[in-house]
Amino acid sequence: MSDYLDGNALAGPLSEVFSIDITAALGKCGGCGAVRALAQAHLYVDAPAKILRCPSCGGVLLRLDERGGRLILDLSGFAHLTIQVG
Amino acid sequence: MSGMWRVADVVGVHEETTTARTIRLRLPEPVRFLAGQHVDVRLTAPDGYQAVRSYSVAGATPPDSLEITVDELPDGEVSPYLVRDLAVGDQLEVRGPVGGWFVWRPEETSPVQLVGGGSGVVPLMAMVRAHAMAGHPAPFRLLYSVRAPESVFFRSELETLARDDTFDVTYVYTRRAPDGEPVGRLDAATLAANVLNSGSDPAVYVCGATGFVEAVSGWLVELGHSPDRIKTERYGGVGGAS
Ligand SMILES: Cc1cc2nc3c(=O)[nH]c(=O)nc-3n(C[C@H](O)[C@H](O)[C@H](O)COP(=O)(O)OP(=O)(O)OC[C@H]3O[C@@H](n4cnc5c(N)ncnc54)[C@H](O)[C@@H]3O)c2cc1C
Ligand SMILES: [Zn+2]
Repeated sequence: MSDYLDGNALAGPLSEVFSIDITAALGKCGGCGAVRALAQAHLYVDAPAKILRCPSCGGVLLRLDERGGRLILDLSGFAHLTIQVG
Repeated sequence: MSGMWRVADVVGVHEETTTARTIRLRLPEPVRFLAGQHVDVRLTAPDGYQAVRSYSVAGATPPDSLEITVDELPDGEVSPYLVRDLAVGDQLEVRGPVGGWFVWRPEETSPVQLVGGGSGVVPLMAMVRAHAMAGHPAPFRLLYSVRAPESVFFRSELETLARDDTFDVTYVYTRRAPDGEPVGRLDAATLAANVLNSGSDPAVYVCGATGFVEAVSGWLVELGHSPDRIKTERYGGVGGAS
């Protein structure tokens, strides 16, 4: 059984960047078009960077590299995010 | 990048089982908390090496205190320290509570089915406490998969809360059971017999080790629960082993 977490577990690191919780936002996969909350995608933390993958097609949605006081956030796997505001 | 980290004081520790303990933390500012959220805990070694792990919040006491319950993974990097060495008066760096998905809000009206494996019961306990605190009328059910009777977290409080008509708890013992009760891993049939029927369209929360969550959420879908109604929190290969 592969050892991934849910996107939920990104809530802490992403709170460094976004002022509202972004794990409940809906993300559309740029690869296959599936729409899900970030919290529902699969998070792999064993690599040096944290990688969020689409449960439908396995494509990389997000890459988060936190190192030496710097954070590199690659969101290019999403076609777009829909965020509940207000 | 340390903006969100705050130094919390350890103000209480309480042995939950022989391998797990509840740690009460006091934060420097008021805490806003939704049942189901977690905090990240960061430890820094004298040489500067840092380790970060996530822990579900078991409950919060306004304005500024919260509790986490940590199960020891014997060879783990962080959990043995938290369970064995950390003492009242020590400090921990904490980020959160965070998370807006795996949460239960008292505004929600539907029945709720909780399924927890091992330490995966922790965020579910926060939901059970919030439900009781609110005097909420929706039916709440907890299915708790646990190794043995002495491995149960929060047992006396669960028994007390289960006297209320709106809350019920069922234990599944995977290694050793009290006399007369069955022993064995949770399977599809046991799950089916002990969760709210999909006809009542319950909100379902599943938490525990990744393999446990994987199996349970698959069975729930086979039982007719809509994937949209099932929220999961995977702890990894080890955190919630049961
Ligand atoms: C959202 C969430 C909530 C959790 N809540 C609880 C809880 O309430 N109670 C509880 O007992 N446990 C909880 N866990 C599990 C907990 O976070 C730890 O995995 C567990 O305590 C074991 O940590 P360890 O350092 O002792 O073990 P280790 O073996 O050292 O690590 C265990 C796991 O941590 C992950 N890990 C290892 N190195 C890194 C790294 N560098 N960066 C990020 N991750 C790494 C790996 O997935 C590994 O399998 C939760 C996990 C998550 C994701
Ligand atoms: Zn996809």
